[in-house]
Amino acid sequence: MLRSKLDPNKRSIWQKMHIDLPLLLGLLTLMGVGLFVIYSAGGRDWDLIERQLIRLALALTVMLAVAQVPPLAYRRLSVHFYVVGILMLVAVLVMGTVGKGAQRWLDLGFMRFQPSEIMKLAVPMMMAWYISRFNLPPRLLHIIGGFLLLVAPTLLIAKQPDLGTSLLIASSGLFVLFLAGMSWKLIGSVAILGSAFAPVMWFFLMKDYQKQRVLTFLNPESDPLGSGYHIIQSKIAIGSGGFSGKGWLHGTQSQLEFLPERHTDFIFAVFSEEFGFTGILLLLVLYCFIIVRGMIIATRAQEAYSKLLAGSLTLTFFVYVFVNMGMVSGILPVVGVPLPLVSYGGTSMVTLLAGFGMLMAIGTQRRLLSR
Amino acid sequence: MPPKRITIRDHSAEANLFARRTVITLLGIVGLLCVLISNLYYLQVTRFQDYQTRSNGNRIKVLPVAPNRGLIYDRNGELLAENRPSFTLEVVPEQVEDLNQTLSELAALLQISDEDLEDFRQELKSQRRFKPVALKSRLSHEEVALFSANQHKYPGVSVEARLTRYYPYGETLTHMLGYVAKINKKDLQKLVEAGQEDNYAATYNIGKQGVEKFHEDRLHGQVGYQEVEVNNQGRIIRTLEFQPPTPGEDIILNVDVKLQRVIQGLMQGYRGSVVVIDPNNGAVLALYSNPSYDPNLFVHGISSKDYRRLLQSPDRPLINRATQGQYPPASTVKPHLALLGLDEEVITPQTRMFDRGTYRLKNVERPWRDWKKWGHGWVDVTKSIEVSCDTFFYDLAYRLGIDSISEMMVKFGFGDYTGIDLYEESDGNMPSRGWKRAKHNQPWYIGDTISVGIGQSYWTTTPLQLAKSVTVLVNHGTRYVPQLMRGRYVDGEIQLNAPRELSPLVLKHPQNWDVVLDAMYGTVNREHGTARKAFKDTKYISAGKTGTAQVISIAEDEEYDAEKIAEHHRDNAMYIGYAPYDNPQIVVTVAMENAGGGSSQAAPIARKVMDYFFENQPVESYAAQ
Repeated sequence: MLRSKLDPNKRSIWQKMHIDLPLLLGLLTLMGVGLFVIYSAGGRDWDLIERQLIRLALALTVMLAVAQVPPLAYRRLSVHFYVVGILMLVAVLVMGTVGKGAQRWLDLGFMRFQPSEIMKLAVPMMMAWYISRFNLPPRLLHIIGGFLLLVAPTLLIAKQPDLGTSLLIASSGLFVLFLAGMSWKLIGSVAILGSAFAPVMWFFLMKDYQKQRVLTFLNPESDPLGSGYHIIQSKIAIGSGGFSGKGWLHGTQSQLEFLPERHTDFIFAVFSEEFGFTGILLLLVLYCFIIVRGMIIATRAQEAYSKLLAGSLTLTFFVYVFVNMGMVSGILPVVGVPLPLVSYGGTSMVTLLAGFGMLMAIGTQRRLLSR
Repeated sequence: MPPKRITIRDHSAEANLFARRTVITLLGIVGLLCVLISNLYYLQVTRFQDYQTRSNGNRIKVLPVAPNRGLIYDRNGELLAENRPSFTLEVVPEQVEDLNQTLSELAALLQISDEDLEDFRQELKSQRRFKPVALKSRLSHEEVALFSANQHKYPGVSVEARLTRYYPYGETLTHMLGYVAKINKKDLQKLVEAGQEDNYAATYNIGKQGVEKFHEDRLHGQVGYQEVEVNNQGRIIRTLEFQPPTPGEDIILNVDVKLQRVIQGLMQGYRGSVVVIDPNNGAVLALYSNPSYDPNLFVHGISSKDYRRLLQSPDRPLINRATQGQYPPASTVKPHLALLGLDEEVITPQTRMFDRGTYRLKNVERPWRDWKKWGHGWVDVTKSIEVSCDTFFYDLAYRLGIDSISEMMVKFGFGDYTGIDLYEESDGNMPSRGWKRAKHNQPWYIGDTISVGIGQSYWTTTPLQLAKSVTVLVNHGTRYVPQLMRGRYVDGEIQLNAPRELSPLVLKHPQNWDVVLDAMYGTVNREHGTARKAFKDTKYISAGKTGTAQVISIAEDEEYDAEKIAEHHRDNAMYIGYAPYDNPQIVVTVAMENAGGGSSQAAPIARKVMDYFFENQPVESYAAQ
């Protein structure tokens, strides 16, 4: 069975187009769900749907284009990407545009650009390139090298400040190290170091509004009309959805606008209110399907670079989902992470699908890799 | 796993390692998903009820709906207090972005006075920010149209149509009806204490005076509720449920507003009051105090200028003279005293004395003077009442003593509240030894008793008290509480209140009633009667008693000269009367401040009241139920 699929003479039309059909179907289903929820959350605004459709079409095109590039080329380009990304992050810090209290954008004249988005791909690429150069499992020296590669972009993005993205980027790098076989002893020591680092972050790196978010997360009822409002209203929306939900377009928390950021970061609350616990389970099945599919592609990849990259991209996708759902349902502090494929808008959609394009490239172009 | 130092990559070992790590991460994912799902299960299933309640609490607001205030009618169905739609410009401070800007624009658009703005700012301080505050009341239809056309520019500002009280008869009934006005902090506190806060949640005005205050509970009604769905801005999306309010009761008063208006006309130019009571049941047919004022001024909030004018007027229009004015009863209580003397057998109908114009006690230098300098000559009790001989009553009081007088007069209702359905009432004063000791820390002197004999000294009474005492006389002891409220409409049917009867005043010798009533007949109808001139040629037969009360005491050798005395020191003119003599239908009391003599000033007014009553109204309509 597996052999026959690998047979070059029996490649399907999808494989010729470098499309992983199950993955594509999973992505499209989630996007479809997203459109329905956006329609409801956005107050039945067709304009929103149109704009989202354009964005999705663009992102899917990017995905398909990326899928056509051989993984070998990515491997070669990893360092370039990374270096360019770091330079742009530095540029943002020096001359970036300020928006919503954070310095995240580079004004390129014709468009505004968020270099941290590049790093979402460049960091796992770079890490996979660096680690895969050595025999696995990596030795301590290489692990330290990997950490150093990771620290720079993470801190640069955290400084903007964009805690959510820096968290995602850090985890994408850590996943590479973990999948590469970093020893448990090291993992343990890093965990201890990390917890020692937490107070340093609190006092020196985190901005007041970030601290406030953490405090609000710990006790949202302390400020029900101020910073706690989001999370309280979100939990009310989710909880009042109950087992089977209030029905599409019938979520009172969203329709009557009690819920903030309805069609963007808090869209999961809208979904939970209208489709209830059963809806959530089905949604999670869809996400799990994509994650499992991604991990299958990763394990099937023959080359260490591809394995690590595919694994990291897939697991980071899970972190996306988990962090968003966790923050909206109140078990994680509110960091600005959208629900992937479902939330309205964002350059992040393009980056995300470019990542899936890489996964597809890895999944469909194994034959072209040399050992 | 010990590190292997081999240069050739072991791809299968790497693949195995990767697969193991993949399985571990997948297990980790499952673990995290379990945390996520169990939390969602906790929110959506375990605590579903709780969050559903909170979700409904967000979107469902219960708005109180004010009941319509009950209407007030007179005994003939004339509307005395009605509700009229009135448009008020209201602002919800919370919903206005720039309050100052909005206010100045609105002031220009609708000509809002500085005083309105001042009031608004005052109000703003004491209100919660999400409650509407009135900016301008009584908008004209033009103003409503003008604002409506510009409403979109002013979020948080709206025109509310509300029913507000209107008193079509204006000042005619002010002291009886009272008025409603805005609920203030003190009212609110009382409502909270009475547990009525919720019932008034949507109510703006509350009875402040008179019947409006006394019968507030009947008139107000029961609040209703509207359950609405609102969005996060508080805007109403739709109504989910409506529980209509129960309107207040429509009540009927005993007053005859036409009679009241006649009295109002008669009293113009005087400070004083007239009370008309049906002795058969205590129904108050008229109760007027002059000068009066327009109660409608208070409904929408009286301007401080107008209020100051009322408050500082030397004529004190805010006082209800009929129930709060406290006057020496003077000679009007001579029948009461005579009755006591007869019943205590201190005198008999035949007892005679010679009046020389002064009364002296042994060892007392100072004589008590009769109003007639040369005296009335030989008088008995009947003639003493008819001609209002003072000397006879000095002597009678001396012989009765204050204890006996005080005890009996209290039974007539002197020195106590009448029990009328008004809160604005004074109790007057019926002096006694104990009272003087308590009040002035002085013993009771015999001289005090002698002045009490002509209704002076420390004795004060309200005109209503006096009227009540007359009903006791004409009823031969049956006592009724004067009542303003006659009944109410229940489902369109009139339901009359039962008269409030007190335990009767019982004499040892009941035939004595007729002796004093006959003397009151004589006052009006016999040759020397002090009220004979005033009641000449009436078509009905009435009885009565005049009174002229000294406002300041006059030295023994001085004579009273109205022209020389400052107006406010002139005598009060009093009259009590009833008619028809053989079948009393009305008791009338007139009290006029600083007007002069009772027979010359008060009696003619009482006569005109009776004339109107018996000529224009069929007697039957006033008969006992």
